[in-house]
Amino acid sequence: MAKYVCPRCGESVETSGIVTVCPSCHADLRGVVAEEQHARTRRAAAELLRDDSVTTHEYIVRTRGLTRIYRMGDVEVSALNGVDLDIRRGEYLSIMGPSGSGKSTFFNMIGGLDKPTAGSCYINETDMAQLSAHELAWQRCHTIGYIFQTFNLIPVMTALENVTLPMIFAGATSDEMLERGRLLLELVGLEGRLHHKPSELSGGQQQRVAVARALANQPAIILADEPTGNLDLHTGKEIIDLLKELNVESGVTIISATHDLKMIDVSDRIVHIRDGKIERIERREDIELEVGTLGGEQQ
Amino acid sequence: MTISMMDVKRLAEISGGGGRRAVQVQAQISLPWSEAVRISIKNVILRLGRAAITGTGIVLGIAFLTYVWSDAVFSDGVKRAALEQERILAAATESVKGSAVEGQESGASAAEEAQETKAKLSLQQQEAAAEEERGARRAWLVVMALLVCGIGITNSMLMSVTERFQEIGTMKCLGALDTFVVRLFLIEAAVIGCLGSFVGLVIGFLFVMFFYSIKAGFSVMAKVSWPQLLLYMLLALLIGAALSLISAIPPAVRASRMPPAAALRTEI
Repeated sequence: MAKYVCPRCGESVETSGIVTVCPSCHADLRGVVAEEQHARTRRAAAELLRDDSVTTHEYIVRTRGLTRIYRMGDVEVSALNGVDLDIRRGEYLSIMGPSGSGKSTFFNMIGGLDKPTAGSCYINETDMAQLSAHELAWQRCHTIGYIFQTFNLIPVMTALENVTLPMIFAGATSDEMLERGRLLLELVGLEGRLHHKPSELSGGQQQRVAVARALANQPAIILADEPTGNLDLHTGKEIIDLLKELNVESGVTIISATHDLKMIDVSDRIVHIRDGKIERIERREDIELEVGTLGGEQQ
Repeated sequence: MTISMMDVKRLAEISGGGGRRAVQVQAQISLPWSEAVRISIKNVILRLGRAAITGTGIVLGIAFLTYVWSDAVFSDGVKRAALEQERILAAATESVKGSAVEGQESGASAAEEAQETKAKLSLQQQEAAAEEERGARRAWLVVMALLVCGIGITNSMLMSVTERFQEIGTMKCLGALDTFVVRLFLIEAAVIGCLGSFVGLVIGFLFVMFFYSIKAGFSVMAKVSWPQLLLYMLLALLIGAALSLISAIPPAVRASRMPPAAALRTEI
């Protein structure tokens, strides 16, 4: 039973959602009830995905003098040149930069995929460079969710199996995995596509599966490398909306590399990287951005 | 983004309690064998083309091995059958001779007989030596054939690793350890090895059976030592699986060393 306010007569109505007519003025309450239920679902999902078991440090990612030098024969190429950046928990951060700017290298550092030549990168106040291979794998499995430009689903597995794969590594029981996987796919709107192979899904759907997979072990950070790069405008927008919604509702930190203005539009901060250094950091409020509506789209 | 309230409650239930992010305790990363086997078998089934190429090496190698071994067993059987026939024939002529020329003087014929047996013995010796040499040559051939097969498998698996580098990188991004990747590839190799050896076994055996039933008639089957043949077959199966496993080690190690960042690369 929940209480609703009738939009026509202002009377308070109590209903379980089966009777959706106002008893005094017979107004249709279906819209109000649906809205309320949807809001409640989101709150519950947010509550569920919110990671409150970790001691909350204000900054989830901190880098100090992060430097990475690649040695190619006798030539030394510095991809990163002393990057200091703090990323707040629950932030939606976009990283921009031309190709070869060190963007990818920076990404790999945060994701624990590469080790810095100098400096350090802290995730949850853990220095990634100090971790053993096993601890690093644990960190990748539990703390970070990856979304790739090319989706990178395992082609021989169904959508559900793709989502449950990180759960296998995390040691979940098979019942738990099935149920969670199913719900995560429902969360991204693919409830009818559980047993489809990636090749049977559209690009946007594949990326949705990838989002569900990234959420598999309730990560604190989602690292998205050009998540809309291989999608058309409309499906790209859907993925951005999905990510933003997850960010707002569950407080997961999202760090994305992107050129997509729609992505910039929903970001809290935009970091510009050039020649292995941070060129400037902008706040969303400070920049003027006109994102036009797409043809045929209703806003 | 529409999920029903009930789903969320269920989601909360299953991820709640003890299962919920035990961050303080650094949980183990694991890949249970049952899951690994399931994934590997699926990989083999869904990439049948690639598996067939890898498996053909094993099929041919084991078919050859089985051919050589069963050929030896069959020819033994044929020889035994011939020997038996000879003995029966000899016994028959002896008895005929005995009854026909009874009471003849035996001084000269005894010497003759001794010479005959001597000649027979040296002939047997020669034959044994030739047989030994043939055996050695056959063993050499078999070893070479298996070696070539092994290299073929390694090559084919290396191709398969290269094809899947993005997939492997992705798995590592999702938290897979190097050992998981090695395990998956080795199980896959073992599955292909077992299946391939079995097919090779059947082909090799059928070939020999066909060959001998034409050459020596179907009756030779009765003279063949079946337990020995069975032993050889089992051995061939084992050798096939082992060969496949050993050949898969270099590719599997290479796959496990693949940097996870490979998954982020866009160009393929």
